Amino acid sequence: MSDPLSRPSKTNPQTPLRVPALPPEARSRAAMGLTAAAAEGRFALQHCAECGRVQYPPRDACHACLSVDLPWRDTDPVGTLLADTVVRASPNLYFRDRVPWRTGTVRLDAGPSIVVHVHGDCERGARVRLTSRLDRAGQGVLMALPMEETPNMADDPQLRELTADPKHRRILITDARQDTAPALARALLAAGAAEIMVGEAEGWRPWPGRERLAAMEGVTLLPLDVTDTASVETLAGEIGGKTDILINNARFVRPGGLLGGDPGFARQEMEVAYFGLMRLAQAFGPAMRARGSDGVRSAVAWVNILSAHALSSDPAYGTFSAANAAALSLSQTLRADLRPGGLRVLNVFAGPTEDDWHQAVPPPKVTGGAIARSVVEGLQDGLEEVWCGDVARDLRDRWRQNPKVLERELTGGAT
Amino acid sequence: MSRRRPYDGVVLAAPCSVPYVRYSTETAHHWLARALKGTLDAGGLAKEEIDGFSVASFTLFPDTPVGLTQHFGLTPRWLDSIPMGGASGVVALRRAARAVQAGDADIVACIAGDTNQIDSFRKLLSSFSRFAMDAAYPYGYGGPNAMFALLTDRYMQEYGATREDFGRICVAQRQNALRYPQAIMRKPLSLEAYLAARPIADPIALFDCVMPCAGAEGLLVMRQEEAERRGLPHAHLAATIERHNAFPDDPMQLRGGWAMDAPELWEMAGAGPEDMDLVQTYDDYPVISMMQFEDLGFCAKGAAPAFLRGRDLTVTGDLPHNTSGGQLSAGQAGAAGGFIGLVEALRQVTGQAGPTQVPGARRALVSGFGMINYDRGLCSGAAVLDGGAA
Amino acid sequence: MSVLADLALALSGGDVEVVDLTHTLDPDFPVIVLPPEFGQCARFRMEEISAYDHRGPSWKWHDISMSEHTGTHFDAPSHWISGRNVPHGSVDEIPPSAFVGPVCVIDCSEGAAGDEDYELTPDVIEAWEARHGRIPEDAWVLMRTDWSKRTGAAYINLREDGAHSPGPTPAAIRLLVEERNIRGFGTETVGTDAGQGSHYDPPFPAHHTLHGAGKYGLQCLKGLDRLPPTGAVLMAAPLKIRNGTGSPLRVLALIEKDSA
Repeated sequence: MSDPLSRPSKTNPQTPLRVPALPPEARSRAAMGLTAAAAEGRFALQHCAECGRVQYPPRDACHACLSVDLPWRDTDPVGTLLADTVVRASPNLYFRDRVPWRTGTVRLDAGPSIVVHVHGDCERGARVRLTSRLDRAGQGVLMALPMEETPNMADDPQLRELTADPKHRRILITDARQDTAPALARALLAAGAAEIMVGEAEGWRPWPGRERLAAMEGVTLLPLDVTDTASVETLAGEIGGKTDILINNARFVRPGGLLGGDPGFARQEMEVAYFGLMRLAQAFGPAMRARGSDGVRSAVAWVNILSAHALSSDPAYGTFSAANAAALSLSQTLRADLRPGGLRVLNVFAGPTEDDWHQAVPPPKVTGGAIARSVVEGLQDGLEEVWCGDVARDLRDRWRQNPKVLERELTGGAT
Repeated sequence: MSRRRPYDGVVLAAPCSVPYVRYSTETAHHWLARALKGTLDAGGLAKEEIDGFSVASFTLFPDTPVGLTQHFGLTPRWLDSIPMGGASGVVALRRAARAVQAGDADIVACIAGDTNQIDSFRKLLSSFSRFAMDAAYPYGYGGPNAMFALLTDRYMQEYGATREDFGRICVAQRQNALRYPQAIMRKPLSLEAYLAARPIADPIALFDCVMPCAGAEGLLVMRQEEAERRGLPHAHLAATIERHNAFPDDPMQLRGGWAMDAPELWEMAGAGPEDMDLVQTYDDYPVISMMQFEDLGFCAKGAAPAFLRGRDLTVTGDLPHNTSGGQLSAGQAGAAGGFIGLVEALRQVTGQAGPTQVPGARRALVSGFGMINYDRGLCSGAAVLDGGAA
Repeated sequence: MSVLADLALALSGGDVEVVDLTHTLDPDFPVIVLPPEFGQCARFRMEEISAYDHRGPSWKWHDISMSEHTGTHFDAPSHWISGRNVPHGSVDEIPPSAFVGPVCVIDCSEGAAGDEDYELTPDVIEAWEARHGRIPEDAWVLMRTDWSKRTGAAYINLREDGAHSPGPTPAAIRLLVEERNIRGFGTETVGTDAGQGSHYDPPFPAHHTLHGAGKYGLQCLKGLDRLPPTGAVLMAAPLKIRNGTGSPLRVLALIEKDSA
């Protein structure tokens, strides 16, 4: 079993902050397939399309038949830990700060031998399962885990480096008025979060559920309006230095296409989804990036809750789709900007939500609870993308198959 | 498969080891120039007299051996670049010998060397190979230490080797190094000190690791008549082998390419392991030396720990091994690490080894191993040198 | 001496005071909240353009944005459907003489303190006139409730059945418009109508009746407790916005010393 992670003591105010360092970041283009799979929590390796042999390390030609057709496919992650070592000295600043570091060689049943990170609960010579994760550099890496869940497994320090686990972390949820807010607060507290801060816009405007949310143990409501730069800057000035995870659940949505659409609503959608993200990023981002190596309670992740139609517009929600597309694009820049701090940017893509503004949309629709589960799982697995709900996953798959076909289907006609 | 033809009439001469330093502010060009000058001086040659040039170096960037010809004012008709790390000595020798044998060149200078500036080892590691970049560095970045720790761990599990077994190799080499004035590591090493050393990547500890340093090595390859005409002590190249990416399906590396080719090596040499007066293995980590003793036929697979327990590996012992201290004690000067055993063996079998001289040494085995591209060393080679009945 | 010279002297000598009746423009200041299907009143927003920095080394300035009806603001006749055809019904067309004029202040603060849905009725107006004289033609009439002393949620006072704040009854506003021919009507609340004003007939009687008759509105005033019941001069000039239906503005009053 892993030693349970205890709640960290208060920071010594005289100790300088550890400057964030990243594990080695350079990869070949072929190896980026591992990163793409890890970003959504899949264990995939290259399989030769001609002879079927599984390849590792990632490459451009099959080691068995020289085929250059090597698609990434989900792969049986089980193998045997043949050897292990504990690295105690490294010239790399990231590892130097984190030794001892356990690595090992696993012979996968599927074929290749793979050098991996090794969870403390794996016995040498034992069967293990590999998991594909993003490291602090945002690159895909593989880690050997015990076959069965072990006590406090997620607290293994090396595994924790590959996740954005909410445990013991202080989390800001940006919009208390969303259905997602109480569900997120509950789920994060259940996952061991130390403190939940929830932003409330326009405190003068009452809303149902406020009292219940404010009464939750460990939850504090704080003034925050993502459409107001001054408000965002003020709150960042107060809590920016202790925000370990920021979950941007702010959302403004009105049904409607383009012709006959309302520029005021469209502007508000953009103010919340796009400029809201920008304001939050500019106010909270620098401090979070600087706290990327701050021990157990380091700043670790930024979560955006987006519409899956950020990928391809739903004309019935045309301006909302556009605002989410803008936010998706900005989130990629945010990812690049937060990279030096080792922070994860997780986008949770939701299909139509169960709310007042999707009344005319037939089920299935996702609830705040489902989104909250996706957020927590995404953080615990250290993902960059989670697709919440059947509609979102369907959109993702169709988009990957052919974006043009999806666009044509979404814009009417095809059934 | 065809048989290799013998290297009749080809000899090695003019060994040169440029003294190593831990850190150098100089460039690889500086060290290579000194090696070239050193081996020419040892042979009494002007640089215009060589027409073949072979270079091994990691830190020459952005230059290549082509650039060195202009830099050094050479006009060779045969030029080679050997990017094979620990196997570069044997491979350079094999190629040069064939060039001389075929008349493509009359005299080939084979040199290897690297600088070691502060931080250059770290930089070299981080750009070593694509597979290492993709699949080794992101995992704890222990560099070669971690990769050999895994191989050592596997070897110990498989064959029951102990740290004491590895320690004996290191301790004997340190004793040899104490005789070798150019060795970087000049303090005696006890087995107790070896076992108590700071762990680096379990089970590898400090004295299992080579010391990166700056330095260079060189020698000349020519026809026997040429050496005799110039009155140079020389050694014959009795046999060589070379292999890359041997046994790719082995889950982990417990053997090297020598195991594929050793029978042919001995057949070609007309001798066996027992006939060797000394052995120079590639010793970046002691486990690799053990593998070489096994794969080159000194003992059965997995038997090296027991085999070596009964041997004295010092210069005065019954199995002199890495007589100048090897890389573990003399230091690893980049690609020169692939030459250190070869150049020392040439000195030994030609009676020029001075303080490390093995009395009456005539035949030596030199082995090379190089390029941890990902999880194992890919290049292996070996050569038998015969100094004749000098 | 001329009238204006006298006034200037009185101002500099302190015999005439300038009273500010304006709330500070602030992102957090409440605005009217309509059902969410309807377009909404934009909140005040301010973005820095530069602040003596790389974006402009020696100067600081902001971009601001808001609705015509954000903060302390002026309602033109064209704001309401009943006033859509009123001549000179937009802020840019209103004659400037309308921006300065006499003001009567009806103190409803006591009633509003006890009843958040307090109604200004004809009876209240007539009782006021009995004490202070008949409201003159073309005067501003301000309904003082001290509501501006509330802040945040208490100010907008939204509940599940809508907002609750004082305002005039349809009969009261008809009296002011049709029988007194006032220039305009102003309040301390977020609208000239009561919070529950949509339930009158006609709905929002102040907006409906005032603007239909070409009269003006002022909302979100503050400091009315500093004004005398009569005798003050109100200065309320909206921004000159083409076809504008209203405008945030600085509302000032001139009062004679010790008249409040």
